[in-house]
Amino acid sequence: MRWRRKRERKAPASLRRSFVTPEGVDLRLELASAGTRASAFLLDILILFISLILTTVAIGLLGIAKARAEIFMILWLIGAFMLRNGWFILFEMGGRGATPGKRLLGLRVVARDGGRLTGGAVIARNALREIEIFLPLSFLGMQAADGAADGFLTLFAFCWTGIFLFFPLFNRDRLRVGDLLAGTWVVNTVRAKLGEDLVATRAQQPRRTFTDAALDLYGIYELQTLENVLRNGQDDAIVTVAATIRRKAGLPDDGDDHAFLSDYYAALCARLERGMLVGRRREDKHASGGRR
Amino acid sequence: MSALVQGTAAPPLVNASRFRAAHEAEWDRLDQLVTRMEKRSVRALSDDDILALPLLYRSALSSLSVARETSLDRALTTYLEQLCTRAYFQLYGVPDTAARQLGRFFARDWPMAVQGLWRETLACLVLTLAGVIAGWWLVATDASWYYSIIPDAMASGRDPAASAATLRATIYGPQEGGGLATFAAYLFTHNSQVAIFAFALGFAFTVPTVLLLLYNGLTLGAMLCLFASKGLGLNFLGWLTIHGSTEMFAIILAGAAGMKIGTAVAFPGRLERTDAAVIAGRSAAIAMAGVVLMLLVAGLLEGIGRQTIQQDAMRYGIGLAALAGWLAYYYLPRRREAPDALAA
Repeated sequence: MRWRRKRERKAPASLRRSFVTPEGVDLRLELASAGTRASAFLLDILILFISLILTTVAIGLLGIAKARAEIFMILWLIGAFMLRNGWFILFEMGGRGATPGKRLLGLRVVARDGGRLTGGAVIARNALREIEIFLPLSFLGMQAADGAADGFLTLFAFCWTGIFLFFPLFNRDRLRVGDLLAGTWVVNTVRAKLGEDLVATRAQQPRRTFTDAALDLYGIYELQTLENVLRNGQDDAIVTVAATIRRKAGLPDDGDDHAFLSDYYAALCARLERGMLVGRRREDKHASGGRR
Repeated sequence: MSALVQGTAAPPLVNASRFRAAHEAEWDRLDQLVTRMEKRSVRALSDDDILALPLLYRSALSSLSVARETSLDRALTTYLEQLCTRAYFQLYGVPDTAARQLGRFFARDWPMAVQGLWRETLACLVLTLAGVIAGWWLVATDASWYYSIIPDAMASGRDPAASAATLRATIYGPQEGGGLATFAAYLFTHNSQVAIFAFALGFAFTVPTVLLLLYNGLTLGAMLCLFASKGLGLNFLGWLTIHGSTEMFAIILAGAAGMKIGTAVAFPGRLERTDAAVIAGRSAAIAMAGVVLMLLVAGLLEGIGRQTIQQDAMRYGIGLAALAGWLAYYYLPRRREAPDALAA
């Protein structure tokens, strides 16, 4: 049964992509999910609509007051055109590579090949929005206007335009048609503070020591999970984890769970890192132990 | 067994602690510089900072490599990853200043992009001409075809039933309703939106683009035939030429840009399909930016020039001069600059 074997081998879908800098280091970028990108787009559209309505009202008031309607009419036409086409293009061509909506959600447009984002790429990815968003919308509008004039035709047209609209859901890299054509993708830009050093903070205090058998229980995966637990600092999680480790290692309860876990973390980390230095990397508790 | 040891045993040393102690100051400084660049721009940095930036960036990258190999402190690698990524985009990913981009666009990118489309441009020209001939022939053989080709809203009285005098009035008479400038702005935005649409439709293997171009030619041919049958052919052509030479050229270029993308997706040649699409897409998009500018000129000519200039000779003169200007700008041979490896 070949197909079954294939399915087993498939790696879990991840949005991490390898991205090698000219210096040869892989930055492992994280792509933005389809949901985040849709929300960013909706935010942008919302801002667009609000500014359009505000300017329309302002122009209307000015037009009544001064009766120079023509100039304002021209301004409105050009302004609406610029908003619809220029908003995305101009913001993405700026240094941040993101529209306000994208910035709010921590996204950024990036060239897939790692080069700088050129004007051509930005124009291409946004011009294609015409067939992704406005084409389906216009078909919907047509149907609303005609009633059920030709249901089958509208259905067909909507399926056809739906291919473009839902394109990001059909590929692994969450590319829009515009992204595909412009050679770009959208990544998460995280900003993180450097967390405190868990080992150094307890350097001055008395430490527990652990036997090799107690430290052989876990691998890197469990170590980093323990790191998360310690950094999050949730009391019930700490109590549960400490109880589990004590039970497995057969250690008595000494009443200070946090200190116990910190010491265990430091000892385990030092031991696993020592193993790595001599080429023994233990990924998780199921991998064979330090001594083979 | 676990037992409390009162400071006698050496504390366990993990790599991350040593590593942090040695390099944390550098990472902090890079973080500050990058944050300042993100908040404002490169200009917010002093000369010393700018000199230090690449060194700090490279040392952070090497820290990241070392941390991944030797340290199990996940907070450390996550921090270094995001720091290096942000620094990378500030160093490599930022586009040129707006002024330099604009300068290059007018001097090189725009005409070069249009030049690169010459095959598709010819094909689109042929398609439009075929549409014109077909439209003419259809209306010449049976005038009722006119009503199926041109919608009522667009004809606005210009149909086979109209008298020669009415038709003449549409060419030389004053524009109805609204000021000239408003009309020009409307034409510009409307035509540009249609052109962008035609370009985007090229992605669907160019079929819709071809249909749009053919239909555009059909309407033109039908109109020409109508006016020619009332002895107004040359006058109508003059009325059309003043802006039409620019506008038709722009529409043909938009079609060509769409066609370029469609053919690149359908027939990628030796490249991978996505790579071929990216190369075609980026250059065609630059041509599209140019098309929008052409349509701005056409809108001005149509909205203002056509109504204020009433002599045929002037109309032909302006229209043909504009056409000659565009052709010279696009196709006159020019010195090729050395390709900029980073901007490619």
